[in-house]
Amino acid sequence: MYSIIEGFRKALFLILYLDPELLRIILLSLKVSGTALIISTALGLPVGSLTGLKKFPGRGFIMTILNTLMGLPPVVVGLFVYLVLSRRGPFGFMALLYTPLAMVIAQSILAFPIVAALSHSAIIKIDPLIKQASFTLGATPFQVTTAMIREARYGIMAAVIAAFGRVMAEVGAILIVGGNIAGYTRVMTTTIALETDKGNFELALALGIILLMLSLVINMALYLVQRKGVLQT
Amino acid sequence: MGLTLAVSHVFKSYDGKPVLQDCSFPFEKSGTYVLTGPNGSGKSTFFRICALLENPDRGKINYLSGSILIEKNIELRRRITLLLPRVGVFNMTVFKNVAYGLTIRGANSDETGERVHKALDFVGLLQKKEQKALTLSSGETQRLGIARAIVTEPEILFLDEPTASVDLENTKIIEDIILRMKKIGKSIVVITTHDMAQAERLADWLLLLKDGRIVSAP
Repeated sequence: MYSIIEGFRKALFLILYLDPELLRIILLSLKVSGTALIISTALGLPVGSLTGLKKFPGRGFIMTILNTLMGLPPVVVGLFVYLVLSRRGPFGFMALLYTPLAMVIAQSILAFPIVAALSHSAIIKIDPLIKQASFTLGATPFQVTTAMIREARYGIMAAVIAAFGRVMAEVGAILIVGGNIAGYTRVMTTTIALETDKGNFELALALGIILLMLSLVINMALYLVQRKGVLQT
Repeated sequence: MGLTLAVSHVFKSYDGKPVLQDCSFPFEKSGTYVLTGPNGSGKSTFFRICALLENPDRGKINYLSGSILIEKNIELRRRITLLLPRVGVFNMTVFKNVAYGLTIRGANSDETGERVHKALDFVGLLQKKEQKALTLSSGETQRLGIARAIVTEPEILFLDEPTASVDLENTKIIEDIILRMKKIGKSIVVITTHDMAQAERLADWLLLLKDGRIVSAP
């Protein structure tokens, strides 16, 4: 019978001795999720800002869709991206399936509604007097917008951190579109799933510990950002 | 040539209820105009229209430089400023709040520093320049709003009920600031208040807004 204590001992050994395979998997995870976060922030922040700052027909509908997408099951995203990128899909000619880029696309889709919806919430909470103050002091519409976004900075940072937490812990979508290819598309969560199946718990536990530590760091950052935001308002 | 304002036959109503009716007045001389009237008489609406925050239903707001009509664009907005009864404070230091109007105009840091110091000194907040603006008291916040408004040296400054939400001590300080601005006398300052005694203390020209019109003129 497998000893959990022995498994933890070996896992810690892998971490302490900076096992090359472990490091490669961690780096790829950070690279894929980091890129997805940059893309989703670049797309989600303008959408969140637009819906937060402007009133236009269909705004409520867009927010309903974004809020719904926040709870999107990763496997559904994986299935959708798979169908789109598979050989018979509309973008099959690009041969992106089972590549890190396919994983980035899937994670970006997962993170986008979180960044957009939470940025929207952060911006609509800003006192409307800020907008008027900025306008009456001679700001251009663009300067008014940047003033509002700056005021919502802590909420927006919290949105980005929350999205990062979501994509780092995600397994369903990237397993489907990445294929879990060793040394190419194998990241922390997919490795844990595979190694557990194989009964190779040392690597799975080591990655589990790293993932938990990352989650702890993300949540501490989120707490500190939210605390700073609360203290300053 | 200094900026002047001519309000001509302005009408404004909300949900069918008239607020301003055929309201006209020329603001032509530098000095302090005080617009009085009971709460709900339309003073704030009048200010919001003059400061280009809202459009009138009918009538004209003409800004002039001599006899030349000035186009309502960003350049004009940067020559006038409105201070609302509740000051919207940016989540940054007192210094950066006051510097905002200069920063968005692209002023260099030396000029900004000098002018912000002068404005903060004028309103008695120089010692608090590094303090977070959101931690100021309501009276100090109002003074911050005045510093932020005057630092850009607007040619026409609208102060909407500047002492409505402050205590007696800060009311006196703000009145003193306005009286000192009056002595400098470079711009047109238009103030609303429902306090008649205060209106008389501050005004060069006392105006009354009644039934949607400015009925009392100098």
